[in-house]
Amino acid sequence: MSKFEALTGNAAVSNAMRQINPDVVAAYPITPQTDTVQTFSEFVADGLVDTEFVTVESEHSAMSACVGASAAGARVMTATSANGLALMWEIIYIAASNRCPIVMSLVNRALSAPINIHCDHSDVMGMRDSGWIILMSENGQEAYDNIIQAIRIGEHPDVLLPVAVCQDGFITSHSLERVELFEDGEVQDFVGTHEPQWPLLDVEDPKTYGPLDFYDYYYEHKRQQVEAMEKAHGVIREVTQEFNDRFGREYGLFEAYRMDDAEVAVIAANSTAGTAKTAVDNLRNQGLKAGLLKLRVFRPFPGQELAEALRGVSAVAVMDRAISFGSMDNAGPLFSEVVSALTLNDVHVPIADYVYGLGGRDIRPGEIENVYQEAFQMAENGKVERRVRYLGVRE
Amino acid sequence: MTEMKGWKEIPIGGMILDAGNSEEYNTGDWRAFRPVSGEADCTNCMLCWLNCPDSSILVDAENEEMTGFDLKHCKGCGICAAVCPVNAGVIRRAEGEVEKDDPRLCIRMVEEGKFQEVGNE
Repeated sequence: MSKFEALTGNAAVSNAMRQINPDVVAAYPITPQTDTVQTFSEFVADGLVDTEFVTVESEHSAMSACVGASAAGARVMTATSANGLALMWEIIYIAASNRCPIVMSLVNRALSAPINIHCDHSDVMGMRDSGWIILMSENGQEAYDNIIQAIRIGEHPDVLLPVAVCQDGFITSHSLERVELFEDGEVQDFVGTHEPQWPLLDVEDPKTYGPLDFYDYYYEHKRQQVEAMEKAHGVIREVTQEFNDRFGREYGLFEAYRMDDAEVAVIAANSTAGTAKTAVDNLRNQGLKAGLLKLRVFRPFPGQELAEALRGVSAVAVMDRAISFGSMDNAGPLFSEVVSALTLNDVHVPIADYVYGLGGRDIRPGEIENVYQEAFQMAENGKVERRVRYLGVRE
Repeated sequence: MTEMKGWKEIPIGGMILDAGNSEEYNTGDWRAFRPVSGEADCTNCMLCWLNCPDSSILVDAENEEMTGFDLKHCKGCGICAAVCPVNAGVIRRAEGEVEKDDPRLCIRMVEEGKFQEVGNE
């Protein structure tokens, strides 16, 4: 029997880590770290896990230790946030390129400067081209569920890529909510044991990770990473289906909320999707056909599926909690992805971007209802007044 | 040149699954200077063997003799010539400067480009 507890999003993830019982957790123990790792360290101290817990002097070292442990053959997890992720940068790419299926809890918070510890998505959007699989979570429950699935996705022999599981800093990471924890045994049964194909610790069969790789073979290894991402599409579907069947969930690549007869759609990720659902319900009560697409899988980006889900709506608004400075119209990164997906799949519909909530600024249902109202106007006029708006910024 | 393999035919992530294959890598082909035995007699002190970073000093272990250089792997760094005590003696006794390819030395470092003519000396 599963049980329900009042947990923060961070503690929900710590509990998933306890149940997964990874061989190694390497993490930086000081801010910008969240209490995910602090709670997990208590589980280690209490002897509830067998994990080798490595506290290191920086996030660069944390990810380096994770790469080493993963190459050695261990099941490895870590957690970070914001500037901590930024300091991991070099090794983020190396983890993906060395094909280390590390699972990382990433609490999305703003990057400095100016110094800010609150929620936005600038941290994760920077790692979008690094070769990691990236899952987004509306709340602590989804973060817990995604972390468990991430182990299976990353370690699948056709994939072998690291996975980042995101949730919104403070909004869900530090807020108490009702979380369903599955039985330890059920989680362990679902994740199974890690069977590394090429463990460095197999001294009878020595091998080399991360050698010099020039113009003669580097390109081929990058092509292999593309293949792994392609395969990840199917593997994510399979693992998600199995998880849904076992634990009574309805996850997909994204969630289509009241989309069946929707005239306009908003696309959002993480906690804002929850707020947007309230906005959708309010508008539906007024007889307006609003719908929401909540992104769950950001990498590999489910462009074709997303385009199909949006085929038939008369206007689309994208909610971006980050800016891609200097991109076309200084839009958010999600906007560029969605526009490409729609265009390449011949879905031609008025679309606008709404940058919002930077540095933890609140986003309220009323503001999202306004976004919907503007989307209805776009639908009516058949054209876009302004392609990118910065919602809630003081002029 | 060996045939180049496609991305489906090689281990993922740049992994090398066969141990000990660095021997197959011909690091000697980027050498600018070549170690050549000169006129001064080697005393088989083995200091060159001890100091060579590429394990490129060939020895006859049974007779404890230095027998030559592994030119497939020698990168021509010249450490062997620099640590050679016989070279030091030659330099100390000589009047004036001793070039590093001086024929009187025990281990001479000869420019690869000049080696053809020196080899014919």
